[in-house]
Amino acid sequence: MAVSAPPKTQYEAVIGLEIHCQLTTATKIFCGCSTTFGAPPNTNVCPVCLGMPGMLPVLNEKVLEYAVKAGLALNCAIAPHSKFDRKQYFYPDLPKNYQISQYDLPIATDGWLEIDTEAGKKRIGITRLHMEEDAGKLVHGGSDRLSGSSHSLVDYNRAGVPLCEIVSEPDLRSGAEAAAYAQELRRILRYLGVCDGNMQEGSLRCDVNISIRPQGSEKFGTKVEIKNMNSFNAIQRAIEYEIKRQSEALEQGERIVQETRLWEENSQRTITMRVKEGASDYRYFPEPDLVPIQVSAAQLAQWRSELPELPNQRRERYQALGLTNYDAHLIADDQSVASYFDAVVATGADPKVAFNWIMGDITAFLNEQKRAIADLPLTPLLLGELIALIASNTISNKIAKDLLPELLFQGGSPQELVKAKGLTILSGDDLAAAIDDVLAAFPKEVTQYRAGKTKLLGFLVGKVMARTQGRAEPQQTNALLLTKLQEGVTDA
Amino acid sequence: MRSIFQFRQAFLSGAVSSAEATALVLSRLAEREPQVGSFITITAELARAQAAAADARLRTLRAEGLPIPALLGVPLAIKDNLCTAGVPTTCGSRSLAQFVPPYESTVTLSLQRQGAVVVGKTNLDEFAMGGSTEHSAFHPTRNPWNLGRVPGGSSGGSAAAVAAGQCLGSLGSDTGGSIRQPAAFCGVVGLKPTYGLVSRFGLVAFASSLDQVGPLGNTVQDVALLLTAIAGHDPRDATSLEVTVPDYAQNLGAITESRPLAGKRLGVIRETMGDGVASSVRTAVEQAIAHFETLGAAVVELSCPRFAYGVPTYYIIAPSEASANLARYDGVKYGLRQPEAKTLLEMYESTREEGFGAEVKRRIMVGTYVLSAGYYDAYYLKAQKVRTLIKEDFSQAFTQVDVLVTPTAPTTAFPLGSKSDPLSMYLLDLMTIPVNLAGLPAISVPCGFDAEGLPIGLQLIAPSLGEETLLYVAHAYEQTTPWHLQRSPLDGRA
Ligand SMILES: [Zn+2]
Repeated sequence: MAVSAPPKTQYEAVIGLEIHCQLTTATKIFCGCSTTFGAPPNTNVCPVCLGMPGMLPVLNEKVLEYAVKAGLALNCAIAPHSKFDRKQYFYPDLPKNYQISQYDLPIATDGWLEIDTEAGKKRIGITRLHMEEDAGKLVHGGSDRLSGSSHSLVDYNRAGVPLCEIVSEPDLRSGAEAAAYAQELRRILRYLGVCDGNMQEGSLRCDVNISIRPQGSEKFGTKVEIKNMNSFNAIQRAIEYEIKRQSEALEQGERIVQETRLWEENSQRTITMRVKEGASDYRYFPEPDLVPIQVSAAQLAQWRSELPELPNQRRERYQALGLTNYDAHLIADDQSVASYFDAVVATGADPKVAFNWIMGDITAFLNEQKRAIADLPLTPLLLGELIALIASNTISNKIAKDLLPELLFQGGSPQELVKAKGLTILSGDDLAAAIDDVLAAFPKEVTQYRAGKTKLLGFLVGKVMARTQGRAEPQQTNALLLTKLQEGVTDA
Repeated sequence: MRSIFQFRQAFLSGAVSSAEATALVLSRLAEREPQVGSFITITAELARAQAAAADARLRTLRAEGLPIPALLGVPLAIKDNLCTAGVPTTCGSRSLAQFVPPYESTVTLSLQRQGAVVVGKTNLDEFAMGGSTEHSAFHPTRNPWNLGRVPGGSSGGSAAAVAAGQCLGSLGSDTGGSIRQPAAFCGVVGLKPTYGLVSRFGLVAFASSLDQVGPLGNTVQDVALLLTAIAGHDPRDATSLEVTVPDYAQNLGAITESRPLAGKRLGVIRETMGDGVASSVRTAVEQAIAHFETLGAAVVELSCPRFAYGVPTYYIIAPSEASANLARYDGVKYGLRQPEAKTLLEMYESTREEGFGAEVKRRIMVGTYVLSAGYYDAYYLKAQKVRTLIKEDFSQAFTQVDVLVTPTAPTTAFPLGSKSDPLSMYLLDLMTIPVNLAGLPAISVPCGFDAEGLPIGLQLIAPSLGEETLLYVAHAYEQTTPWHLQRSPLDGRA
């Protein structure tokens, strides 16, 4: 699409997200097959998930637990009575030609989560969260879609993998907001440990519903669905592209067609996938092979008590520790990093100092080495010890940085390393002796200084540092050097 | 040797081995099969091997002083919609004509564990949809009492096999009367257990909320023995009830008292004794009711006003569930695939066009229609509400009585080919359908013959999990009447 002049009317986008997340249970939702990703085709299958004659589904209780915990973390009401339904449509990736899903009594409804926007915090409503089974995967020969292919192969490893579908209210207004919402949702699910959120492997899939309307209008525009975005960045750009496309179309007097569009990562645009002809009729009805779901008050209380500290709670706690909102977001993004941070702070380290170490050198090291913070030889206790050595003036910051690579690779006590290498800070008589040595070694510079060329002080400090391999305590070095140089002037 | 009980006495006493009994049954089976057509698959070789194993096991158990399972060595037949590993399971359908399951249904696994012998898989209306066993894709089954008549259905093969002496007992499935009605037509005993008492794992689904596996046999005692073997909780069926299963046969000894049913209250459902019930049937049932009174039971007439809505309710709910359950037969994964198809849609259409018979297609279409957007509330939802009302009628009735009595079917067996209008066929399930809708246990026992010598069945219905009472009442009736002693002409000739 050609980019033309900016539209005259100011349009507002109305955006809602439908997110499918695979739950990280060890086995499928209705049978005992493994959910492991990447197994050879049709090896994680059994008669139940293949929908063979006479086979019956039995609900994996872990799926219910994960869904309820996700619902609770998203501030939803948990339905005391819920049920599964059959959603019927024919497609070869669907072994029974119906999907066991939840229709009119989802397990969780009416929740929300909060995102940060330029205008401050914004609450995004969550309409519903329900459980369902995933379908298999088709591989088409001679085409990337069914139509036009010479043949198609189907892999049912994914069939029956548990999914949670989480539907937002149409509360989002921009690509940035949508991306922030999806990121916060993923963060929450990861904190709960119910979804790994890997968008590349499809364990978190996001569909966007978007329409635009003139600013101030109450009436909704025609809704377009966008699929096939496999990063938060893609979600944001697809929405931005679509807002622009629709605005320009309306400006030119065109009508928006109700359709499903695909985001094309390569060309950075959306293209028509299929045009909706009337509402699809899935002929939902209650799944007779499964009994209604009852979550008792006691069970609910138990699951609620097992919820971890959630990202927003953690961020608030970090701000109370003195971190900025931005820093709190950074460190709380990944639960394992945040836990590391907590453990370092628990040793008595200053939060801001701990933050700088973790988000600076340590994160750089982890990224470079592709390692997880949980596997770091430099444990939180050891980093705490290192920070304490600096705080107590036992070593300088510079020494600490010099020691870091060794500590990161091998761990070990920083205190003992400092002792073994003799790297403690020099002060008092030892420092005085080192300064005397430097003054003796550079008589010309000393004389020049005393003659008024005071900027030579820096040179002399540098020489002291070099002679002591950086162990000289900087403030004392300065003070003592000054005193000794002054003494010389008086003597003269 | 006509009953499982008789076989067991002879077997335990050493008078007969399972190999001998099985050989006898297999010879009757082979001899009568061309006339009656009870079976789709005959597993003679498997049966002989199982019989030999049963005889060996008896010796071992004896030597070790261990208990001997009730069904050890008993030659049985299995309806061909129960999956049997390594043995074709066709459901009477072209779509599964070549289907050999790699897994065993829970009920047949239970029979195997008991050491029972399986002589074959019995014929049925395709996917258990029908009441005459004429709607099998392979061949119709005939009634052993009169080969011009149907055996009833859909478990017609299982009922005919028992009546023809081709097995000592059998398993069927009952969605709207599919065990009881053929039991009545063939003059044998058939029990539909409480929904959830018997596992459905491995039963090829017709209508999941109504389907229940149950036994057919020559006597109430035999049926009780079979039920004891197959009942019980199954973690692979989420709708299976968590109940402890008693020995259903233990209270079914010889009836020695003159008033064995003293203290029992029987209710006759008024709505089942009116128009539309053949006079021969009504007379036989009235005589049975009078007989119950002589056995000491207090009989009252009562009303289940919503009983008549059972058939229309059933013909919304059952096809709805069936339309989804049968969607999987699409040619993609197993069973029939039309190889000529050029596109996916063509493959679906031609596979299903060829794979299913007219009755199955009719029900898929009805189910698809009533679940469609805009019709759901008017049909499916309303049917579910009526289903609740029918359950309430039964609950109400059971506050007054222990067991309800009705004819099993309004008529006796009809001639093959005489019910070309599906509606007239559907109405035959008038008495049995409400029981499935309410999930209750019910049994059909022989209660007489019409002028043409065709058997008449009496249906007894109990509250949920009331199988023990149900079987005792049926047993007391049976043991004090001569009907069960009569053999079908086909069997009698041997
Ligand atoms: Zn599986």
